[in-house]
Amino acid sequence: MARARKAETSSGEAGDTGVKTNLKGASKAQLLKYYRDMLLIRRFEERAGQLYGMGLIGGFCHLYIGQEAIAVGMDAIRKSGDQIITGYRDHGHMLAAGMDPGEVMAELTGRAGDSSKGKGGSMHMFSTAAGFYGGHGIVGAQVSLGTGLALADKYKGNGNVSFTYFGDGAANQGQVYESFNMAQLWDLPVVYVVENNQYAMGTSIERSSSETRLHKRGVSFNIPGEEVDGMDVEAVAEAGARAAEHARSGKGPYILEMKTYRYRGHSMSDPAKYRTKEEVDEVKKTRDPIEHLRERLASMAVGEDELKVIDAEVKSIVAASAEFARTSPEPDPSELYTDVYLETAQ
Amino acid sequence: MSSVEILMPALSPTMEEGTLAKWHVKAGDTVKAGDVIAEIETDKATMEVEAVDEGVVGAILVPAGTENVKVNTPIARLGDEGASFDTPAPQAAQDDAKRGGVDSPAESKTVRHPEQGAPAPVSKDATPVQLQDPEIPAGTKMVRITVRDALRDAMAEEMRRDETVFLMGEEVAQYQGAYKVSRELLQEFGDRRVIDTPITEHGFAGLGVGAAMAGLKPIVEFMTWNFGMQAIDQIINSAAKTLYMSGGQIKSSIVFRGPNGAASRVGAQHSQDYSAWYAQVPGLKVVAPYDAADAKGLLKAAIRDPNPVVFLEHEMMYGTEFDIPDVEDWVVPIGKAKVRREGKDVTITAHSRMVGLALKAAEELAAEGIEAEVIDLRTLRPLDHETILTSVRKTNRLVSAEEGWGPMGVGAEIVARVVEHAFDYLDAPPLRVHQEDVPLPYAANLEALSLPGPDKIVRAVKAVCYR
Repeated sequence: MARARKAETSSGEAGDTGVKTNLKGASKAQLLKYYRDMLLIRRFEERAGQLYGMGLIGGFCHLYIGQEAIAVGMDAIRKSGDQIITGYRDHGHMLAAGMDPGEVMAELTGRAGDSSKGKGGSMHMFSTAAGFYGGHGIVGAQVSLGTGLALADKYKGNGNVSFTYFGDGAANQGQVYESFNMAQLWDLPVVYVVENNQYAMGTSIERSSSETRLHKRGVSFNIPGEEVDGMDVEAVAEAGARAAEHARSGKGPYILEMKTYRYRGHSMSDPAKYRTKEEVDEVKKTRDPIEHLRERLASMAVGEDELKVIDAEVKSIVAASAEFARTSPEPDPSELYTDVYLETAQ
Repeated sequence: MSSVEILMPALSPTMEEGTLAKWHVKAGDTVKAGDVIAEIETDKATMEVEAVDEGVVGAILVPAGTENVKVNTPIARLGDEGASFDTPAPQAAQDDAKRGGVDSPAESKTVRHPEQGAPAPVSKDATPVQLQDPEIPAGTKMVRITVRDALRDAMAEEMRRDETVFLMGEEVAQYQGAYKVSRELLQEFGDRRVIDTPITEHGFAGLGVGAAMAGLKPIVEFMTWNFGMQAIDQIINSAAKTLYMSGGQIKSSIVFRGPNGAASRVGAQHSQDYSAWYAQVPGLKVVAPYDAADAKGLLKAAIRDPNPVVFLEHEMMYGTEFDIPDVEDWVVPIGKAKVRREGKDVTITAHSRMVGLALKAAEELAAEGIEAEVIDLRTLRPLDHETILTSVRKTNRLVSAEEGWGPMGVGAEIVARVVEHAFDYLDAPPLRVHQEDVPLPYAANLEALSLPGPDKIVRAVKAVCYR
């Protein structure tokens, strides 16, 4: 993996290229797909919150509401074979990756109907078929793992990119920087997507971080980074395409700091007293990614009727997923001792 | 038009009841998904309840200010034509289960683990597979090599055999290995497959696991296992558990290897035996060879194994020479102990360097008329307890020897299993030999006092033999 030191990064100043102009080039069909996919995540998560309240989902449950534009916008530029890996706020990413909502909800309720057979739960979900490598419960661990996926991509020479997501909380973990260093040292094809929702559980980024502009966290490793409006799905997709092209072309890692906001508490049991209701309401009123897109669609003469059809479709998908998750059987007791080890070929 | 009951929600994994502090809506109000409709209080927090369905509030069933409202009690009724939460018919439930493609156990590609220590009713039919060392054909030439070169040869042979195998770690390439275990691998395989890492154990162990999840077969070398403690989260939480959590989807075929235990006069932070630490973790295999033939054969098996393997070497053994069969592909199966010396009076279990010390103790004991049977555990997980039990049923006495600390250790586990399964055969309480219960001291005399050696094994054997 050793290589000669490369010349100075050609495209922009490392670590601070600022917010790029949004060209707003998406077609109407693409925008409608964004709308549908984001709405699916939101309605799904609302339903997950309800099932949690009913005791059907146990343990911890971290909802993605407010951050939908990131998973959906990034998925739009993902190519076949590219990998996704994230932390425990993972439901939205799985839906964006195209996983069946019923299966995802069934994993939340710990039922056999999911591909992980109910053994992982909300924080630990996987689908190799969808290129989704988890769903990891230890803050920051997925950053090393995602960099390892990129190492495998480079080793195999398959032209794929690892999209490695983490939050503003994980951004202070040591192994993130260990990974940054190796990724740039070895030109690994990884796009680090920082979902900066401003709060690491109850600690605001200002109270946790000496440098709050997280896109600059790659500066000392010469990794370029930029800040992106994570509430604007088109801006996300555009920045994502730029970052993926950088990584895919052999130039190494790229950091995208998505400025976003989570509407709900850190997990279901978080009353979110560390921020005011006014602050949350202000974001919902002025920056909501779905409302923003509705306005954009309206400006393109997409009628309410067209959106209502989508609303109804999403509603019925979510209802069916909840029904599937409620009615799927629990895993067979025999599953207790499966999947601990793989059989050794003799 | 059907109606939906809004239930008292649980706000945390442990909440059973709470106070309905406030209603934000009243009968007749129209709500949509996301609207805050009520506030719930527990002794820990106040939380807002949001509507999930849209509709008209039909009735408030529990008035504001009511205390001790049990979770799942209906608190309001919502009229909504789209409500989908009525109790489903049983038939529909069955259909849904079928649609989900529930895996039948018979189709699973994974196996039940034969490890003991699980609840008895479940593990009962999990018979350990009896594995044998490969037959050494009569007349096979033996060659004398060091443990160091045996490990090197194992890696080189597996890298020739499988393009997805690669080595990464500190000083493994250009420096030729901090202990020269990876000598000349860079020259043969190049820097794509023999990768020098920065000093960053947590990070490169994580990269290794990620690469394994993507289908490669990394060998991650820790300069010593003491430094591997920085990476223990990735070894346990990522490598060992993900196959299970993913229902068999995500595999981690990876070997973590390096010298384990006390070297000589390097002090407490560089002298720890991690055998018991890793051997406790389901999902890991843990191997600790003694001689060159096992070092080579077991490392080759570890690299081929589809599971994460913790491979514990010993720095003090690297330079020791042993005879090893000169055969094309020497692979020793993981999970099988080896009787290194037969005896009728007492069973001594040991692994790694301690095997040599146990054999030395057995020599001394033989001179005094005590015939000790020495079992080299070789693999700590899965532990081959059948070989141990068979021996104890013959000798009726047991001494375990290990380099690590005693409490909760390898010996503690062995004694527990013997007591559980062969209690009636024992003629004396088993004894454990291990390091003294202190961080390993630097001073030569104190270090010697702390580490277990043949003398302590001899004393323990005499005690269980009442001599």
